[in-house]
Amino acid sequence: MIIPFKNLSIFAFIFLLISNLSFADEHKKEEGKKEEFNPGEMIMHHVGDSHEWEFAQGVIIPLPVILYSSEKGLEIFSSSNFHNEKHEYMGYHLDHETNEIHAEDKHHVYDISITKNVASLFLCAAILITVFLSVSGGYKRNHGKAPSGIQSFFEPIVVYIRDDIAMKVIGPKYERFLPYLLTIFFFIWFNNLLGLLPGGANLTGNISVTLVLALLTFIITLFSSNGTYWKHILWTPGVPLALRIIILPIEIVGMFTKPFSLMIRLFANITAGHIIILSLFSLIFIFESYTVGIVSTAFAVFMSLLELFVALLQAYVFTLLSAMYFASAVEEHHEDSHGHDKHPEFHDVETPGAKVLI
Amino acid sequence: MLGAGIGAGIAALGAGIGIGRIGGSAVESIARQPQETGRIQTAMLIAAALIEGVALFAVVVCLLIYLAAKAG
Repeated sequence: MIIPFKNLSIFAFIFLLISNLSFADEHKKEEGKKEEFNPGEMIMHHVGDSHEWEFAQGVIIPLPVILYSSEKGLEIFSSSNFHNEKHEYMGYHLDHETNEIHAEDKHHVYDISITKNVASLFLCAAILITVFLSVSGGYKRNHGKAPSGIQSFFEPIVVYIRDDIAMKVIGPKYERFLPYLLTIFFFIWFNNLLGLLPGGANLTGNISVTLVLALLTFIITLFSSNGTYWKHILWTPGVPLALRIIILPIEIVGMFTKPFSLMIRLFANITAGHIIILSLFSLIFIFESYTVGIVSTAFAVFMSLLELFVALLQAYVFTLLSAMYFASAVEEHHEDSHGHDKHPEFHDVETPGAKVLI
Repeated sequence: MLGAGIGAGIAALGAGIGIGRIGGSAVESIARQPQETGRIQTAMLIAAALIEGVALFAVVVCLLIYLAAKAG
């Protein structure tokens, strides 16, 4: 499947334009029902999770609700059962505001349903597996020959991550971390892009997902850390003794704030982008004028293009910062005396990326 | 709620100043050494993303304040 790249970008632009227009249609029908247009509610509904996947007005895929409780065991049913007046079914009540399911008799229920975000995660995983299996299949077929097809699209990206992120930052031990870095990069990038499609789910804007990604980075940093890493945190060399005591709590807190900032950065960037685009559309329905419609759509197209760029940039930044944290974890200790070190940031040349973090 | 709004505005201000300065110095250094454009652009993007991360911390805090004020 070779698509000439120039046609693809034009096609993508037109698709984006049309998709914005059709999205606007979806809410005109809501106006006809004489409902007050509540922008806050609409935005929260689109940015948040829900138990059914709504692609457009009326095109809803109800997703399975899986509940586990110690009293009743495992219960699986379709979320379309909740579409009655009071959102009740079989003793469970779906709270529309918070999308939580509560039991009638108040027993504690674990909601492990396939919600919109989970379904989107599965979809993205399927896409990633398909794409990369075909890329690796291409490498097996074209052994020793030039890459062809989809291989030639992903090879420069993979090589860029290997050379300019992993090798440059981590140094000679990069191979251990390369699979994780590649996975993280493509996972975040594809999920960001999927969220931008009309009817897409905002997966990377779900703080639980970004929490897990940041937690993975944190765990890998901890498990691959060596003595030098802990020594630099707990007993920083090259500074006077009094300062070391002060630096100790700062460094320990710093150990936790680095993955925390990864989590917040990704979540807030993606969610804020979605909210901006949705707010621009809400403006049309608040003002109900043609001029506002045209101007607002133009802004929304511009913001969508910016969001495409942000999707890639956030994936890149997450990967790069993860690589820097790994670099500081595996840095080698250099025997030059720390006492005379006026420039501690230059003393380990093996992991050049680590010096940024000291 | 007013505090949340003002806080978000100040966060945007801070991000604007920070990224503006980065952009300015990046463009200036590209003008001095055009052959280093690639590396300067990369460094600029990384610094911009980090600063934006901090600004978004503030935005998230303001959002939490707003939600707490609405509920409480």
